[in-house]
This record gives sequence, C-alpha cells and structure tokens, in this order.
Amino acid sequence: MLSKSLLGALLCSLVLMMAFSACKKKAVDPFPASNVVAGWEKTGETRVFAGKDLWQYVDGDAEQYVSAGVVNTSTADYKYKGQLEAVVDVFTMSNAAGAGKVMGTSQSQDSKPLQLGDAGSALSQSVVFRKGPYYVRIVAYEATPDGPQALLALAQSVVAKL
Amino acid sequence: MNDRRDFLKTAATGAVLLGTQSTLAMAAGIGKPEQPGKARVVIARDASLKGVMDETKVLALLDKAMASYTGRQTQVEAWKHVIPANILAGKTIGLKVNGLGGRGISTHAVLIMAVCERLQQAGVAAGNIVVWDRGARDLAACGMTVNTSDRSKVRCYGSDVAGYEDQQEAWGTARIRLAKLLTRECDMVINLPILKDHEMAGITFSMKNMYGVVDKPNTLHANNCNPSVADLNCIPAIRTKVRLTIGDALTSVCQGGPVFHPEHLWYPNALIVGEDRVAVDHTAWQLIEGQRKTAGLPDLATAGRAPKYIATAADAEHRLGVNDPQHMHLMEV
Repeated sequence: MLSKSLLGALLCSLVLMMAFSACKKKAVDPFPASNVVAGWEKTGETRVFAGKDLWQYVDGDAEQYVSAGVVNTSTADYKYKGQLEAVVDVFTMSNAAGAGKVMGTSQSQDSKPLQLGDAGSALSQSVVFRKGPYYVRIVAYEATPDGPQALLALAQSVVAKL
Repeated sequence: MNDRRDFLKTAATGAVLLGTQSTLAMAAGIGKPEQPGKARVVIARDASLKGVMDETKVLALLDKAMASYTGRQTQVEAWKHVIPANILAGKTIGLKVNGLGGRGISTHAVLIMAVCERLQQAGVAAGNIVVWDRGARDLAACGMTVNTSDRSKVRCYGSDVAGYEDQQEAWGTARIRLAKLLTRECDMVINLPILKDHEMAGITFSMKNMYGVVDKPNTLHANNCNPSVADLNCIPAIRTKVRLTIGDALTSVCQGGPVFHPEHLWYPNALIVGEDRVAVDHTAWQLIEGQRKTAGLPDLATAGRAPKYIATAADAEHRLGVNDPQHMHLMEV
C-alpha cells in the first residue's frame, strides 16, 4: 500500500517536472553569426531588454509591444557587403497571439506577403515575420538594388534559428 | 586651412575656426519688416537635397535659415543676435540632438557640425560646445563620435556618462530627474530635434525632444503625452536654458514614429528655426499633417493622437509660447 502511494507520488512528480520543463522556453539565439549568411556581418553585440525596460531602446514605441505582452526584446546590428547597414529586432511575446497582434497593427498596406515563419511580409527596406511567440523586424537604413534579396536571406536564417 | 570636408571630419575631434565672414546676400527674408509681438518661425528649404546630406548645401541652408530668422547680414551677426553676449564670453552651449530613432531617422551629423562651425565663427570656443543626447548609441546614430574631455575640440557625450541629478524636479505631471548635462554643464541649449510622427504624442519635434533630458521619459506618456510635454518644458532649467530650436526636417517619417520606418520616410528638405518652441512645434505639426494627407493617411486627430500638448503648452497655465497662427510670423524661404 505504502509502495503504491510512493510510486504514485513519484509518477506525479515526474509528470509535473516534465510539464514544467515543457513550459519553460528554451534559450534561443536568433542572430546569425557573421558570414553564416553570405555577405552579412554581425557588427555589434546582441542587446537584450526586458519588457519593462523596452522604453530604454524604443521610448515612445515600447507601449504597443508592452500591451501585446512582450517578454523581452533582443537586437543586433548587421552590415551587408560592408555597406548596407541593418538592424534585426526580435520581440519575444508571451504567446503567439501577442506576436500576431503586433504584426497586425504594424503592417503596411504596400507590403508584399512572404512565406516566412507563420506569416511574413516585405517592403524594399524591411522584412517582418512572426513565428510562434516571436515577432521579428529587420530594417535596412538605405535602399539598394540588392537590399530586398539580402534582407530576405538574413530573415530566412533568423527564422531557422527560432 | 582645412577644406570643408576636413572640417566636418575633424570638428568633433579637432575644431577649426574658419573665420570667414561671408555676406548672406542670397538669403531670403533679410530686410523684411519684423512683426512686433509675433513669434518668428522660419522654414528654410533646399529641394535639391532629396535626402542626400551634402555638407555644403546643408551649411548654406542653415545660413539661409539664420539670416532670415535674424534679419542680419553676416553669419557672425546672425549668430550673435541669438546667442547672448554673456554666453558667447566663455559659457557652455549644449546642442541637444535626437538619436532615438536609430541610424535612419536621427538628427543629421552634417547639420550638427554646421551649427558647431558657425558657433565657433561667432566666437564660441570648441570646448565650450557640447553635443549631447541620452547616450553613446544615440549619438552614434546621429553619426557623432564621443569626446568627453578634450576641450580643444567640440565635446560630445551623453547622460550615460554624465548622469542625472539625485533630486527630483516636479511641474504638474512631470516628476523626473534632470540630466546633469543640462543642469550643470550647459548655460544655454540649442535644441536640434528631428521631425517625426510619434505613435503616442502625435508628433515629436522641439518640446518633445526634452524627453531625452530626463531619467525616465516613459513615465510621461499617458494621455498622448498631454499635458506631460508641456509640463516638462515648464521645469525652470528647461524653460530658461533651451532658447533656440534649429529643427532638422531634412528627412522625416510621417507614420510609425518615433522609430525608423523606411516606408514612411519623406524628405521635407527643410530646417525649422525659432525661439518660440510652441510656434515651432505647431509649424512642424502642419508639415506632418500635409505629408500624411499626401500619403493618404488619416490626420492625426482621426488617428487618435492629435498633439494636444501643443495647445496645452500655449495655455494660460503654461505660457511656453503661441500656437495661434495669427500670432506667428511664419517665413518660408
């Protein structure tokens, strides 16, 4: 009788531990290292902002992410072929609905839909997509002829790491 | 003597006094009668810029704006008209820039350096000029290099280095700690914001740029930043030291601000100059609304974020300036 109770308790503990580890989000580094994507160099360290500190990065723009449940935001600078500068922002939301909400409100009418993650779109100087709880925005600071294709390649590498 | 390109490369690390006193014969607006009691605002444009930051053209545009604003014949006279003599005689002038939006939409280095150049020609020592913002990243976004201590050069650093006062200042809804750069370092500040749409405030330009002067600007965003923008500008150090706006409207975003949204980038190719911060912001607001209309976007009131703080700043409680066009002398040159 005692051993049955002990076994039951052990099983319960095991189930709980499994459930807990499944709930824990795995640590993700979504930023491709330099030259993993042809022509792209990561030019700065990754910076991470907790949701409550997001204003330090994008004061005045942070509230829309906070209201959609942002957990944290990581950002890194890149350069393509030594010339075209870009920034990759990865917003980790508390769930996929939050990522969808942010993407829905920030999408431009002129953007072109992309098959990227759960949903994506592109303009001449930017690519955005969402995948699960992640909303990713990649923006180039200039318009160049090869920019759109280069941004897409970088985005595909990021989505593969999420 | 260095040529202009050398000047711009080295000015933040080794200023050069060019010493020229060229006549601003080309400047429009000179000789136009002043309208007493009206707030003067100048919009100076160079349509040929189109987003290309040509240093010679931007300097010429600055000269045109200052000549028109002051009605003075030479660059030195123009700057002496807006910089009090006691400040010229050895005091420190801060240039508060805005690099929040990142590389794509920050105060342009070419404008910052043009102002530094003209200040030196008016007699301000390089080391008595401080270019500043919240931190090194904001200054880098503007294209500036940090120089914290070498007074033989224009200095350039942020509140991440200088810090904030321990004591809290309060005016209305604004309860903040001020940047020591404002309270201790600068005797006068020239405000160099960049024109942007703003997700919460409606627009950000002269008065809203003071959010970069405080420790926690995120506490000032409620109710579309109204009345917090006006309240903040009433804090004595801000009201008294920030005397002139030379606003960067060379490039702008009419939607999606304050961060960089290249799809909403446009080129007003303009500088907006004035000492009345409310009149300057009212003028800037009209530019944004005009572009939003052109782009088929709803006006800011319809979008739910009219910049009501501009009217608040003009009210009897705040008295920061005027928002009634009848009380402005707007010159477009």
